[in-house]
Amino acid sequence: MREVNPEPGAGTVRPPAPLERPVGLRERLELASLRVPFRVKLAAVWLAIFIVLGAMFAASRFDTAWMRDEWLFILQGLPWTVIISGASIALAVVLALVGSLARLSRNPIALGVSGFYVSFFRGTPLIVQLFMIYLGLPQIGANLESRIPGIREALTLDLLPAAILGLGLNYGAYMTEIFRAGIQSIGHGQMEAAYALGMTYRQAMRRVILPQAIRVIIPPTGNEFIAMLKDSALVGLLGTAVSQMEIFRRATLAGRADYRPFEAFVLAAAVYWGLTTVFQYFQGRLERRLSKGYVREYEAKRPRFLPATPGATGGATGALQVEVPEVDPQQGH
Amino acid sequence: MEARRDGQLVVRIRGLHKSFGPLEVLRGIDLDVHEGEVVVVFGRSGSGKSTLLRCINYLEEPTAGVVEVDGIRLEPGHRTSNKKDLIRQVRIRTGMVFQQFNLFPHMTALENVIEGPVTVKGLRREDVIPVGRELLAKVGLADKADEYPIRLSGGQQQRVAIARALAMEPKLMLFDEPTSALDPELIGEVLAVMKALATELHMTMIVVTHEMGFAREVAHRMLFFHEGTILEEGTPEEIFRRPKRRETRRFLDAVL
Repeated sequence: MREVNPEPGAGTVRPPAPLERPVGLRERLELASLRVPFRVKLAAVWLAIFIVLGAMFAASRFDTAWMRDEWLFILQGLPWTVIISGASIALAVVLALVGSLARLSRNPIALGVSGFYVSFFRGTPLIVQLFMIYLGLPQIGANLESRIPGIREALTLDLLPAAILGLGLNYGAYMTEIFRAGIQSIGHGQMEAAYALGMTYRQAMRRVILPQAIRVIIPPTGNEFIAMLKDSALVGLLGTAVSQMEIFRRATLAGRADYRPFEAFVLAAAVYWGLTTVFQYFQGRLERRLSKGYVREYEAKRPRFLPATPGATGGATGALQVEVPEVDPQQGH
Repeated sequence: MEARRDGQLVVRIRGLHKSFGPLEVLRGIDLDVHEGEVVVVFGRSGSGKSTLLRCINYLEEPTAGVVEVDGIRLEPGHRTSNKKDLIRQVRIRTGMVFQQFNLFPHMTALENVIEGPVTVKGLRREDVIPVGRELLAKVGLADKADEYPIRLSGGQQQRVAIARALAMEPKLMLFDEPTSALDPELIGEVLAVMKALATELHMTMIVVTHEMGFAREVAHRMLFFHEGTILEEGTPEEIFRRPKRRETRRFLDAVL
């Protein structure tokens, strides 16, 4: 559309475009679309997607009767999924805290061990780690049993502890880096002020750095938890006893038994999706609350940077006055 | 104001050198500061003033030389646990006020003030709270005890920072350009607190500042730093009336 010619300095004068143009279908659609709120349009798109999926669902003649019979069996895996994920994230937080402090330390042992930990557990697949813990450790124990009696039993973990250990170690490695970044995001001046008071490193961390870093760390930790809810499905591959089966394992077994694999996995996906949606909702609220604190603080901070008398700095030009509050004197020197 | 050279020696520095890589920031500093003395350090930025303060409480490890604070002698070298403990002893006896205040943002003004006594000295919270309130009252912020730093103006924050340092009952106070980050109209209130500290409490102070009015009024001695050395030293009277060195004159002409 070239109704407006925005070049006042251009040498050549273009012939003016006709103001009255024929109103075509496209134009009418655009105008009609303007009147529909954005939210409504978005909802319509979602609705369309569900209609298409529903049509496909109906057309592929899924065994809905089977699904009605089995969905409760699969849903019963949900507590196990939540328990495994919850315990694993707790372990991961502890490991990440220790790991991140070690990563930032200048102690060669701490730095070496944590460096190896992060590198190995981020550098190998989670499923491999789970199998190594659940099936590999007992083998090591068996080989060492003659020299160290009792080790075989100690290294033979039940499914639940093995799953929690595997997921916790793996996520702890990723979260070590999250925690490290969170700690490093706290300005150097805070550590210096703590030291200047006579604090030890440990006191400075506990009293000054970590309480501030926690605000930065919480939102990504929530993300990791949601990711873990899904990754806990890998535990199902270890071959779980019926009493402790999580969602994916139940879906696999139920689907295999009656030859309804796709129906079973659709159910499993729905349960996972519902679960992550619920947690994402809480995650979003948490993040908004934390970021709100930052915004409010920023707003509270701003008046300090305003010139004392608004007119004093740039009385001549209004434009300059608008610029003034944007200058942050803390960056200036 | 006459210099108080009669008191006990609080700071003794001999042959202090500090390099950052190839950059030599301090090139041999000798300095004695006596009890109750107020020493103002001035000079161009980059002349090593701040580094001197940071070497006194070992926030910066000197490259060479001896620093002695209240009889505790520190020399550069590996930080064994013994030396770490000595450094902490020096810091406990030394209050520091930073250009950027560095208050703990997750604590209220009062919590900031009592943090040192509670965490470092192991005193009971209930016992320190009245002391903290009293200190806040002394810096004129009795009514701001429960505010978080973010709600305070720069001048108020810096006064809380001074109260926080005083709460440790230091023998020596180090001020690292305490008013440089402040809006002009807030500088006065901070300088007033510092002046009261010097004249009423007779605090031993080393102040890095460009506030020449404060120096003239409060300092017993002034040190002009130039390229990592103390180029000129004298009473405010001597420095302002008859600066001996051309560089000192030139600097004073620029800032006055």
